[in-house]
Amino acid sequence: MGALLDHRDEILAAFWLNVKLSAVSAVGALVFGLLLAALRVSPVSVLRTAAGGYVTVLRNTPLTLVIFFAAFGLGAELGVKFSDTITTNNFWLAVLGLVAYTSAFVCEAIRSGINTVPVGQAEAARAVGLTFAQSLRMIILPQALRAVVAPLGSVLIALIKNTTIAATIGVGEAALVMRELIETESNAVFAIFLGIAFGFIVLTLPTGLFFGWLARRVSVLR
Amino acid sequence: MSSVLYDAPGPRARTRNRVLAAVFTVVLLALAYFVYVKFDEKGQWAAEKWKPLVQGDVWRTYLIPGIRGTVTAALAAGVLALVFGAVFGLGRLSDHWWVRLPAGAVVEFFRAIPLLILIFFAFFGSFAVLGVTISAFAAVVFGLTLYNGSVIAEIVRAGVLAVPRGQWEAAYAIGLRKGAVMRLILLPQSVRSMLPVLISQLVVLLKDSALGYIIAYIELLHQTDQIGAQFGNIVPASILVAGIYIALNLTLGWLATVVERHSRRRGQRVLHADQQALETA
Repeated sequence: MGALLDHRDEILAAFWLNVKLSAVSAVGALVFGLLLAALRVSPVSVLRTAAGGYVTVLRNTPLTLVIFFAAFGLGAELGVKFSDTITTNNFWLAVLGLVAYTSAFVCEAIRSGINTVPVGQAEAARAVGLTFAQSLRMIILPQALRAVVAPLGSVLIALIKNTTIAATIGVGEAALVMRELIETESNAVFAIFLGIAFGFIVLTLPTGLFFGWLARRVSVLR
Repeated sequence: MSSVLYDAPGPRARTRNRVLAAVFTVVLLALAYFVYVKFDEKGQWAAEKWKPLVQGDVWRTYLIPGIRGTVTAALAAGVLALVFGAVFGLGRLSDHWWVRLPAGAVVEFFRAIPLLILIFFAFFGSFAVLGVTISAFAAVVFGLTLYNGSVIAEIVRAGVLAVPRGQWEAAYAIGLRKGAVMRLILLPQSVRSMLPVLISQLVVLLKDSALGYIIAYIELLHQTDQIGAQFGNIVPASILVAGIYIALNLTLGWLATVVERHSRRRGQRVLHADQQALETA
């Protein structure tokens, strides 16, 4: 306990970084994932194939490799640069990797949500004369978005845990701080591990409960 | 193609879709060309960057050991995670609260925390706890086992609970005991339905083994780094290794669909046999 309290500022700052990584990447992944999902269900086969290919590639590549590539491939070799400060630059490169990876999972969650809407709903909408935009807005999306809440919650929880992988490129988030503390405070290894683990539980547990509650609240009875 | 979003296209929609397809093909090609030009500006297409990747000794020195490292860690952790998952998954289903509650707590704990802190704890904390530093391999397998084992425990639990209630009622009715009901009735049926999900979890496990890179375990990503340092071709090497990972994972995924189709067919045959039994009876 003592070691945790001694380093509480450091630990809290590290967790704040995890929270920032999660929040920024979640927004990015949601936007990009929505776009991918739109392509994935579009009537144009070229777009379906392109988005499907992206999803297959990113879902089957380890996130560690994606972030590694973002930093050492895109960053160092290809000259993608967000900032002159190295920590800020690495933060954004990690966000880039997290967004690229997570958006593939967001896309799949949204697509499966759309697939839960029975075809009869859309056929009925067309039969009463709604246009494509109207049926999407009034019939399909309201039902699909509700079905998407629970899977998106799981994606978000995975994302929160995945922000630790930013440690690969030296972003000083909680896992990296834990590693440093274990080496300097070797008599309190268990306390440090449990403390950091508790920190993540504090982040993931309420998220899971909130999304579970929301999913139940908005669920469509069929 | 009629889907929930679109009706089967008529003549006008077909023309429109064709125009859109042409437009977007151009857009995507432009995007690909942009990437090509950007790579070219930085000299990423230079032959000396790609050539090492097709040389036999690069494969022998770097890539084959890397693949071996990834696959051994994944295999070892896969087997251990299955055992862990079976023990804790069934533990959570126990009639005794003193088995059920601890098993539940363990599973929920390891599922809620990032895998990386488990690996760090095992690798950097082992000296303080055990007095010896465990190998990077052991640390990776430790982390992968506990995390994926906990996920598998949930899969096992869900699988057993999904077996129709009548099955275990009938088993108890003919006088089987708890252990026998589980062993003879519930597990054989649930394992079949769990297999596709279990294999998908093995894909996750294989991907997560790349975390070994951070503690310098010799696996594919670590070797990518080495190749990059040796030949200055981190971009081509990353692309190749991503391809290897994708190939490994798609093979596993393909296995999952084969197993799924196979078990569905067997399921039908079982159902069919039941009907026959009923008809002849």
